[in-house]
Amino acid sequence: MTIDSCAVQVRGVTRDFGSGDAVARALRGVDLDIPHGELLMLVGPSGCGKTTLVSIIAGTLQPTAGEVHVLGHDLVAMPPAARVRFRRGNVGFIFQSYNLLPALTAVENAAVPLIIAGWSRRRALPAAALMLDRLGLGDRLTNLPSELSGGQQQRVAIARALVHEPRLLVCDEPTSALDAENGRVTMDLIAEIAVQPDRAVIVVTHDTRVYPYADRIATMEDGQIVSVEDRHRQREARAPSDPDGGRHP
Amino acid sequence: MLWIAWKMLIGNRAKYLGIVFGVAFAALLIAQQSSIFCGLMALTVSQILDVEGAGVWVMDPKVRYVDDVKPMADTHLYRVRGVAGVDWAVRLYKGIARARLEGGAYEQVILLGLDDATFVGAPLTMIHGHIDDLRAPDAVIMDVVGYGKLWPGEPFEPGRIIEMNDRRAVIVGLAKARKTFQSFPVVYTRYSQAIRFAPPERKVLSFVLADPVPGVDPEALAERISAQTGLQAFSRDGFLRKTVRYYLLNTGIPLNFGITVGLGFLVGTAIAGQTFYLFIVENIRQFGALKAMGTGNGTILLMVLAQALHVGVVGLGVGVGLAALFGWSTRSVSKLSFFMPWQVLVMTGVAVFLIVLLASLLSIRRVFVVDPAIVFRS
Repeated sequence: MTIDSCAVQVRGVTRDFGSGDAVARALRGVDLDIPHGELLMLVGPSGCGKTTLVSIIAGTLQPTAGEVHVLGHDLVAMPPAARVRFRRGNVGFIFQSYNLLPALTAVENAAVPLIIAGWSRRRALPAAALMLDRLGLGDRLTNLPSELSGGQQQRVAIARALVHEPRLLVCDEPTSALDAENGRVTMDLIAEIAVQPDRAVIVVTHDTRVYPYADRIATMEDGQIVSVEDRHRQREARAPSDPDGGRHP
Repeated sequence: MLWIAWKMLIGNRAKYLGIVFGVAFAALLIAQQSSIFCGLMALTVSQILDVEGAGVWVMDPKVRYVDDVKPMADTHLYRVRGVAGVDWAVRLYKGIARARLEGGAYEQVILLGLDDATFVGAPLTMIHGHIDDLRAPDAVIMDVVGYGKLWPGEPFEPGRIIEMNDRRAVIVGLAKARKTFQSFPVVYTRYSQAIRFAPPERKVLSFVLADPVPGVDPEALAERISAQTGLQAFSRDGFLRKTVRYYLLNTGIPLNFGITVGLGFLVGTAIAGQTFYLFIVENIRQFGALKAMGTGNGTILLMVLAQALHVGVVGLGVGVGLAALFGWSTRSVSKLSFFMPWQVLVMTGVAVFLIVLLASLLSIRRVFVVDPAIVFRS
């Protein structure tokens, strides 16, 4: 795949932590391509380098060596300030522990990326409210995170991740803190709303129940991608007439 | 983003109140102690301030402050009157006398002898009687606080007798006078009467009060009087400054109050700094999330400074407000001096600004070095 046809292209990426004798190599020459419109799941045991890889792809961490192109931008060569701007405009985040600001209401939390992008509150809050409404939280706009269930908090986090329409969505264990039903609802929403032809979605997960939502599953072990399973082809073979591509399990 | 910073700050009610308490405590301590210090300094010059109308004070060259009286010969009055630019000049006696009360008890009083003809230096506000009552034989006027001190709880009785230097003095009126540093009752009488109440001395003239002719600067006249008479002369403001400077340089008052103010600053910085630091550490993941979502370090710095400024302004308001409330509520307590000029507010504001700046600088490093990837760690 070429850089232009890929949302994410990672080549020979290594990442070391520490120095000297205490150096720990978290990534050992990772190669990965993620085309536009794909939902890729990154799986593997704890400590295998999933979080490090996704942090590098999201532009929050620099690799020790290798090349990282995201949405046509060379993140390695990009100065830090430009990387901050790049994240602001192009990357949406869904975290395992939600990381909602506890003092902000649901709609205010969802509006944060727009506020960071320089929108006025008067413009940002209605846009955030609209997104929350799409996610079924139209009646919870003014609730604080502490007044919401885990599943509702994760939906606020999804709204926050998507409200500024990023072209790369990075989800870190989005269902691990949720029960089965809420986990399914969360993945349904990500699959329905987040996956778009011009957007790539990366989901780091341990949760095997959500594997059916993936287009491809990259398995990592010991800092390397050891296999990539193409679920999209399996789905096509299984349910060629399913309008959502057979993502729903 | 400042709005988000503000919401983050007040959202954590306990921490917010803790930081505000630290800053307010420091502001209270600094403003209150500085105001008491200013009140004490005001006491040292109260008798200069009470003498209205005279632009220039003339005294012995060895005098260091207003209570450090070195008697001069009466003839100096005429030498001062002979200096060009002097509109008028009169005598003022100032000394400490021992007053014997009806019951035989003795009390020290500040005795002021006013020019017999003009009463320059007389109190401006009479509570009982009239200043002209001083023209009666043996007449004295006492300050109202002093009277209450000598006869606690008793109403004013015109004609009450005290003795000074074995001479009877009749209290004919009560006047309002500023509190003095020695806190003795103040007794006003005529100059000719005062020198009989005072212990006998060869020289008795304490000060010459003079005023320049219109258009002549008091400072310039004071210099001219000094040059021509060899006496020490100051404008009213100049004598105020000299007296305050004496107390600042020769007493432990500034050091004692300075230590308290310094402790207030340190304690305020410690409480506010520590609580603010804890607040930042508690919110480190939130800051990490904001950084991950594209908030730059410059914006984060602004957010932290805005939070610090907010608690600084609120803490300053609360602290200074409490200090002012303290001053207001103790205004009737005669033993307490409290004077809060605008300079105290400015100084407290600067101190509080430094406290919140230090507190935010202690914390901001943590936010700057936080890796936005922290949000991916559970």
